[in-house]
Amino acid sequence: MEKMPKWADVVLIPLISLLLAALLSALVILAIGESPVEAVNLMITGALGSTYGWGYTLYYATNFMFTGLAVAVAFHARMFNIGGEGQAMLGGLGVAMVCLYVPWPHWSIALLAACAASMLFGAAWAAIPAYLQAKRGSHIVITTIMFNFIAAAFLNYMLVNVMRPKGSMDPATARFPEAVHLPTLHELLAPIGINFSKAAPANISLLVAIFACFVVWALIWRTRLGYEIRAYGHSETGAVYAGISPVRITIVAMLISGALAGLMATNNVMGEAERLVLNSTEGAGFIGIAVALMGRSHPFGVFLAAILFGFLYQGGAELALWTSIPRELIVVIQALVILFTGALDNMVRMPLEKLFLGLRKGVE
Amino acid sequence: MEFFVTLIQVFDSTIRLATPLLLACLAGLYSERAGIFDIGLEGKMLMAAFFSAAVAAVTGSVWLGLLAGIASSLALSGLHGLASITFRGNQLISGVAINFLAAGMTVLVAQSWFQQGGRTPSLFGGGRFTPIEFPFAEAISTVPIIGPIYSELLSGHSILVYIAFLMVPLTWWVLYRTRFGLRLRAVGENPAAVDTAGVSVVGLRYAAVAICGVLCGIAGAYLATALQAGFVKEMTAGRGFIALAALIFAKWRPWHAMGACLLFGLLQAVALRFQNIDLGGVVIPVQVMDALPYILTVVILAGFVGKAIPPRAGGEPYVKER
Repeated sequence: MEKMPKWADVVLIPLISLLLAALLSALVILAIGESPVEAVNLMITGALGSTYGWGYTLYYATNFMFTGLAVAVAFHARMFNIGGEGQAMLGGLGVAMVCLYVPWPHWSIALLAACAASMLFGAAWAAIPAYLQAKRGSHIVITTIMFNFIAAAFLNYMLVNVMRPKGSMDPATARFPEAVHLPTLHELLAPIGINFSKAAPANISLLVAIFACFVVWALIWRTRLGYEIRAYGHSETGAVYAGISPVRITIVAMLISGALAGLMATNNVMGEAERLVLNSTEGAGFIGIAVALMGRSHPFGVFLAAILFGFLYQGGAELALWTSIPRELIVVIQALVILFTGALDNMVRMPLEKLFLGLRKGVE
Repeated sequence: MEFFVTLIQVFDSTIRLATPLLLACLAGLYSERAGIFDIGLEGKMLMAAFFSAAVAAVTGSVWLGLLAGIASSLALSGLHGLASITFRGNQLISGVAINFLAAGMTVLVAQSWFQQGGRTPSLFGGGRFTPIEFPFAEAISTVPIIGPIYSELLSGHSILVYIAFLMVPLTWWVLYRTRFGLRLRAVGENPAAVDTAGVSVVGLRYAAVAICGVLCGIAGAYLATALQAGFVKEMTAGRGFIALAALIFAKWRPWHAMGACLLFGLLQAVALRFQNIDLGGVVIPVQVMDALPYILTVVILAGFVGKAIPPRAGGEPYVKER
């Protein structure tokens, strides 16, 4: 017998966790002497009140969809991939190489190639921790943390010593050629008569991210591989009895996860910066953890949670601009969401389960 | 002779840089030996660094600062304990949350208290830990070899450095020579056995997490009030993770932890002093030095050179059988 109805598990618990996080954030804002109501108003007008705000919200959301999906796929195989940040950095390297060193005739072909390269590089960066987890039993969390730092040092080296144009002091690559410029939402929506902000960075990779949500959904719930991943995640011994190879599932799930994290580079590197800079990921790999937890590892949940976090990021930037609340408020909210939806899940769940059991007894 | 002077200087800065690593590493050792994984060392250090510097700046007393640092780190430990012991949540996720909480809260509170862009005012006078000069350090500093080693390398560090290095034998003694230590190690390997013997698993694990909080607090206070003079945003700069790496490198043993922290401290000191190292034609870029602690840890974890096996019950919440 289920302890509580499915809708409570999928909708009610994340909502209550979010509410708790919001409540505590409001207390934090109060404690530093600002008004939470005003802050929320400012965030809503800043992030959702104009197409400019929406453009930034959706741009951030695109990043978070990719990294959220990456964490979610690994969660299904009961692995915690903290390495999204490093994998996304490497994805950026792949995108930069494709865009800089190959003369593309049209952005559409370049985008396909960039997708392939970023997935390849991201997956490659996840491959070593995956192999070590599968074959040598090294804990994936520790190895992926280490690989984030190694990725940062590696990227630093590549940008400072190898890819930096001659005469430039800035540790960044040259600007990508005009031909690989991805159409922004402004350029996409103008032909159908919608006037979207020109300055906002949201671009066609948003569609890639939404497409990736569909693909991940199909993969996890509609394919044999997805079934094996979920079976392995539920019970390793059960999966082994069913003839599923733990080594294969561990490696394949991590490769998919790394590829998804790498794909993020099509948005932030190719779509927005149009060159590779240091720290281009800006922590999006870690926000993926909050997004996946909040979205209950379901692609649709990830989609919604990514938009929520996109809103928080753009709203937080507006807050920092107009009030004395620094941008780090968002980091606190993010921490609280991870805390309540992840680590303190049982604190919310246990009383609810009791409540639903009590209700059911009452009915019978 | 000039080479010797350089060597002494590099080793001196190694000791300074190894101290926060060592304190955090021993902190992690207590927690993980009791079966509670802690990737929130970084966050606890950061929180302690801020509150120690803030309180030292306001009161002018570095000792009050140290206490405040320890208290703030303990508060985060309590949260970690609540999530991973009481509510049996995922210890790794809890650690991630704690890191973000510290990264955000420190800047938020710093901005609200001091309005200096997320930093504290610079500390001076009684707001900082001052170096302790050993007796006769001045007198024998001219003696060749021994003089500089004694007066430059060993003498002249803040008291927290000596505390950190004294913690190593103390930790060894507690873990391997006391009843508490035996139980602590047992609860990380087989909590059910400890429970059967009538000892509280929850109590032991909270004790371990609390010790971890105190040590992380000292580490953070050292960063902000001894190594540097005040708090700046993100000042731990990944040290919590290097300490975690050192802990694995040392395979969760106190003396080896000291060795690993000194090694990683040396790497930091060398990277700080020389940018790119020219080894007769082959140039080692500074980024290699940055990445080396992590690469070494992955190699050790991979088990190709002496496999690192964590405490058996690590990361798993303990559920009494019903």
